[in-house]
Amino acid sequence: MRAFQAIIARDLRLAFRAGGGAPQAVAFFAVIGVLFALAVGPDLSLISKIAAPVIWTGALLATQISLDQIYRADREDGSLDVIIATSDELMVTAAAKAVAHWLSTGLPLIIATPVLAILLNLDRDAYVPLLLSLLIGTPGLSLIGSFAAALTVALPRASLLISIIVSPLYIPILIFGAGAAAAGAAGDPQYGANLSLLGAATLFAAAFAPIASAAALRSNQD
Amino acid sequence: MPSLYEFANPVRFERWARPAIPWLVGATTLLLVAGLYYALFNSPADYQQGDSVRIMYVHVPAAWMALFCYSLIAVSSAVGFIWKHPLADVAAKETAPIGAAFTFLALFTGSIWGKPMWGAWWAWDARLTSVLILFFLYLGYMAIWRTFEDKTRAARLAAILAMVGFVNIPIIKFSVDWWNSLHQPASVFRAGGPTIHSSMLPPLFLMAGAYMTFFAAALLQSMRNELMARRLARIDSGEKKTAASLVES
Repeated sequence: MRAFQAIIARDLRLAFRAGGGAPQAVAFFAVIGVLFALAVGPDLSLISKIAAPVIWTGALLATQISLDQIYRADREDGSLDVIIATSDELMVTAAAKAVAHWLSTGLPLIIATPVLAILLNLDRDAYVPLLLSLLIGTPGLSLIGSFAAALTVALPRASLLISIIVSPLYIPILIFGAGAAAAGAAGDPQYGANLSLLGAATLFAAAFAPIASAAALRSNQD
Repeated sequence: MPSLYEFANPVRFERWARPAIPWLVGATTLLLVAGLYYALFNSPADYQQGDSVRIMYVHVPAAWMALFCYSLIAVSSAVGFIWKHPLADVAAKETAPIGAAFTFLALFTGSIWGKPMWGAWWAWDARLTSVLILFFLYLGYMAIWRTFEDKTRAARLAAILAMVGFVNIPIIKFSVDWWNSLHQPASVFRAGGPTIHSSMLPPLFLMAGAYMTFFAAALLQSMRNELMARRLARIDSGEKKTAASLVES
């Protein structure tokens, strides 16, 4: 447990200090929102209708773009080898890395969401469902994504490959997340079911992604 | 009973795979000719779909094979990962492009069928969408094999990805079904589909058999190619090493 906390604390410090990538993911997220709005045109009612799906897609892409950083620096300076050699349970370490990734990108994205939502003219009733679905769904994105990062850690430039690998695996979370946001905004009774299924998808990822990550990290050792 | 490991020997594999391929090709030809004859000439047109229903005989077996191939990749990956069975890795690797081709064929024929039936080349029908996602899973799996130079590492990583993908297929399928029912209430498109008439079954099964024997022949041949390519690469690197040591001495 102490190793778990130590890794999270270390990764957060690295992510938020100079040279860390955390603020860039949020900036990327905001840019996606702006690009969508510019592409759609100044029709406010249309923009407000697609606001929640655009924010969900943006959160997914911003997560995806930052996945490469989870293990990259650790491998380059050799600390990944030390982590693998010294950790009692590599899957606990892998889980800690995923949690740290969520804290440094997922959580800032959620904090930035209301601002982006104002820009995209989101309905007032849609805020709570959107934020709640993001809060439940983005940890799943980080967990599944950390597996893809572990799989490709030995490659020099992996972010494109990561996107190809991870996109099909993200589909359930995107569907239930965006579905929950839409159903909650419309007052649809399927809101609860969508949220539960989203939670189930995240919990499922929490159970299996660390195991798969640990196996991938071991196979990637030189 | 022969153990699994007797097939791990590439020489022994070669000994039974080579004579098996012509038989499989012959069976494919017979089944395909018979199946196409039934499918195109000797089966009824659908009372609603007319002659377009005949696309089904090409389409449905392709979709079956798409799923079968991915399952086979997952099973051979598990065998290769757990028991380090070298031929299982080769089988998984060589199944992927064939399976991806079947998946593409299913999507392509589905789209051709969709144009007269739905009036659009593509509809976000639940089944079509899940097959499209399956296609992306194939692409990711093949990308792993292509990007890692070290074959043993590529085998292990690709195996992990195949198993993760296989576990996810039911979840993806379920979520896409759910998404589809949310977005288009009371699906107009083949709601359950008309229960198939018995006269359509023989051509369907003949075609499925042809696809299966074709797949077996293609898989065995590409496994042989892969094994030969690996042997060549080994000989090549061995020659380079001797040349280098000669220069040094």
